[in-house]
Amino acid sequence: MNTQGRKTTPDVESAAATEAGTYTGNRALVHEEPLIFELDNPGVSGVDLEAAPAVASRLGGLKARAGIGLPGLSEPTVVRHYTRLSQKNLGIDSTMYPLGSCTMKHNPRLNEKLARLPGFSDIHPLQPQSTVQGALELIDQLAHWLKTLTGMPAVAMSPAAGAHGELCGLMAIRAALQARGETSRTRVLVPESAHGTNPATAAFCGFTVDAIPAEANGRVSVEAVKAKLGPDVACIMLTNPNTCGLFEPQVKEIADAVHAAGGYFYCDGANYNAIVGRVRPADLGVDAMHINLHKTFSTPHGGGGPGSGPVVLSDALAPYAPLPYVVHGADGFRLVEHAGEVEGDAKPFGRMKAFHGQMGMFVRALAYIMSHGADGLRQASSDAVLNANYLKARLQDLMSVPFDGYCMHEALFDDRFLKDTGVTTLDFAKAMIDEGFHPMTMYFPLVVHGAFLIEPTETESKATLDQFVGAMRHLAGKAKAGDAAHFLAAPRYTPRRRLDETAAARKPVLRWTPPAA
Amino acid sequence: MRYLPLTEADRQDMLAAIGAPSVDALFGDVPGAATLSQPIAGLAPHQGELQVERALSRLAARNVPAGSCPSFLGAGAYRHHVPAAVDQLLTRGEFLTSYTPYQPEVTQGTLQYLFEFQTQVALITGMDVANASMYDGATACAEAVLMANRVTRRNRAVLSGGLHPHYREVTATTTGVLGVDLVTLPADPKGVEDLVAAIDDKTSCVVVQNPTLFGHVADLTPLAEACHAKGALLIVAVTEVVSLGLMPSPGSMGADIVVAEGQSIGNGLNFGGPYLGLFATRDKFVRQMPGRLCGETVDADGKRGFVLTLSTREQHIRREKATSNICTNSGLCALAFTMHLSLLGEVGFTGLARLNHAKAVQLADKLAAGGVTVLNDGFFNEFTIQVKGDAAALVDTLAAEPLLAGVPVSRLYPGQAELAGLLLVAVTETTTEDDMDALVQALGGQQ
Repeated sequence: MNTQGRKTTPDVESAAATEAGTYTGNRALVHEEPLIFELDNPGVSGVDLEAAPAVASRLGGLKARAGIGLPGLSEPTVVRHYTRLSQKNLGIDSTMYPLGSCTMKHNPRLNEKLARLPGFSDIHPLQPQSTVQGALELIDQLAHWLKTLTGMPAVAMSPAAGAHGELCGLMAIRAALQARGETSRTRVLVPESAHGTNPATAAFCGFTVDAIPAEANGRVSVEAVKAKLGPDVACIMLTNPNTCGLFEPQVKEIADAVHAAGGYFYCDGANYNAIVGRVRPADLGVDAMHINLHKTFSTPHGGGGPGSGPVVLSDALAPYAPLPYVVHGADGFRLVEHAGEVEGDAKPFGRMKAFHGQMGMFVRALAYIMSHGADGLRQASSDAVLNANYLKARLQDLMSVPFDGYCMHEALFDDRFLKDTGVTTLDFAKAMIDEGFHPMTMYFPLVVHGAFLIEPTETESKATLDQFVGAMRHLAGKAKAGDAAHFLAAPRYTPRRRLDETAAARKPVLRWTPPAA
Repeated sequence: MRYLPLTEADRQDMLAAIGAPSVDALFGDVPGAATLSQPIAGLAPHQGELQVERALSRLAARNVPAGSCPSFLGAGAYRHHVPAAVDQLLTRGEFLTSYTPYQPEVTQGTLQYLFEFQTQVALITGMDVANASMYDGATACAEAVLMANRVTRRNRAVLSGGLHPHYREVTATTTGVLGVDLVTLPADPKGVEDLVAAIDDKTSCVVVQNPTLFGHVADLTPLAEACHAKGALLIVAVTEVVSLGLMPSPGSMGADIVVAEGQSIGNGLNFGGPYLGLFATRDKFVRQMPGRLCGETVDADGKRGFVLTLSTREQHIRREKATSNICTNSGLCALAFTMHLSLLGEVGFTGLARLNHAKAVQLADKLAAGGVTVLNDGFFNEFTIQVKGDAAALVDTLAAEPLLAGVPVSRLYPGQAELAGLLLVAVTETTTEDDMDALVQALGGQQ
């Protein structure tokens, strides 16, 4: 995201010089923690295994390996190590985490408990299907609600994350075009404001990418789309609500225009959480849309995954959904795993991952849907949008807003309010860390200079939002008052201060190596 | 609604601050025809924990957990014992509920464990460098083929018949849209094939699984030499990562890229997901790698710290020119892996591998003594047996006991009569001698 001259090398004054050190380097609750390799106590193990049966090795003549180089650690050492590492991390459990487009909402603990029931967590993907009827029914139930909520006739459940879902959707589109004999449709329209995964996915799927410029109001206009349409267009990839946090008012007209030109409408559903229960994507003309279960249905982000990205499909694309999938037969649920088992007009384009999908995420997402119910899902979207608009309303007099009017689930600001202060969006974000918040998404979307994309989600209380507003106003005031030094030295209270990303990339050190003897 | 903190009074106060007449007004950009005025029909209203738990527990109870009976299931997913500390630590909210570590000052915990993870993966695979994870072994395999094509600027990949068919299918699906030429050798349960003959000067890579789907193990050194002689890369896929505690590492045999399913360490069966793709390679290819990389650096005070690095390969910077479209990967599964492997350590990991192998040898001997044909000479913890009649039908019958006898080859290769009698049988440290005897008895009665 360093497209706008964001500094990647810290030039802040060292705090060490001004601070009284401790003997250990620890700071009370925050410990300096070595790497596991530096804690090595050779011969020690944190696991006790039974004695192996005395048999001769049968490795087909291969010699057993020796000397891998893994460190030896006892259980207490391991538990303390990871506990200390956890204390250097911020999660949504600890504080408001308003990362725009990432949807960091509360992760209900009931969902964790249920995903760990042995009936879900301890079943093998290739068990006889008679022994996993409950699991297949759960997938079928979740699929049913995803279809019902979106109004779409079909869903492919196996994609492992949002970008994987995008790939699934585009492969279905490719297969449909092939079936129509229109393989010359190789161009994919992607607005400039799109997530990086959209153009990357299109290219990964063998399409060329054609960017649609953003309008001055942060939306995509039907005219701009029409100007790009032609007989070689496969589809448009449009995010709605878009990455500026705005609902695309012309989305239906855009869909109609794309359809009239023979293309498909892929909707990036990363922001579906803003409209669940209030808008059905089917009514907007969507042909395919992935749903990030780790965003909208609150399966934990886990420091970067696992996610889950089921893709809802229109009638036109449904036949091409990948293997495997669940069907309901006369004697229960059944997995269709091979092309030879396919019935009806289905023509699966292939397989996306080794097994059936992210079952652990499915359990959590279904628990989330059932816990919220029809009223709660609608209330959650409503509160998410209300919270974002509240932040926007409380901050827009001090910060600068690129687009007027109401937003959806996230509020976008730009860096004009920091002009001539010597403070950048990055500096501001780092100062927010010292105030105890995770920063917003910064420098994205690319169509806004120095973007601050703030997504509070529905699970923040008004009191937390008010404290956040207070901190933001305090910082904006400080920046405007000329106190750039406050920002340049931030963060001060973190286990590490600003890190040198340039040095990391110039001479990459990607693993530990033993010190030279 | 227990997850929603706003009261009706809060909402009214906030609307007043916004200057909006209603929440509906905030949705003014939504076309009227697409606006739902009522909650979605058919979905019940919100429910308490007790009700949801009751409903989902009922579904869970309709499955037979592999741990509740003798189980010999493998073929790409393995049931191992995960130490209690792993899940206890994994559910710490600071790990569980954090995002991708784009703000390194507040995610040193995630970044340090990723650095440790990358090092562990590099060590066990015998490679220089590993990334921060992929979705699973099969998607890692597909990405490896694409990477080999970038490195060699060639477009033909040769896939061994011993490669798990799901890996082959995912690779075919992923690379097919890019016009990659895949040469797939037929599956031979006895493990005989001539990969070297399939390599020519257009070949970008050979993908070989070790142990193979059928459990055969091989010294890959001659194959690596044959690849390198033609300018092709050797990609080694490992579906049972515990094998790396006993077998020579793919790196030591000349692999250029190693992909693996990491589920066996730290992660449960979970009916197939979420799993953990491992991806390791040589230093010289690092800039062609897909996925996230964590690197060491220093902070403003000169203290060691960690950041995501070489991001100019990735989609959020490079967009359509990225090496892959992957964004979210398997961070928490990688944490489970690295914690379990830290607990095992050198002694535990090699000991676990030896235990798995010895128990598999023990079962193979018991089966052979019972008159069952074992197809393998060499294997790690999984091998192929020939049963009388249809293996799938036998497995279904025994499931009622319950006894999960293994994966019939026909589940992966349906409709091939010559494979219908073959059963893949996997053994881990969780397999007891009683389990083995139950299988021998069940098959013995059948012989």
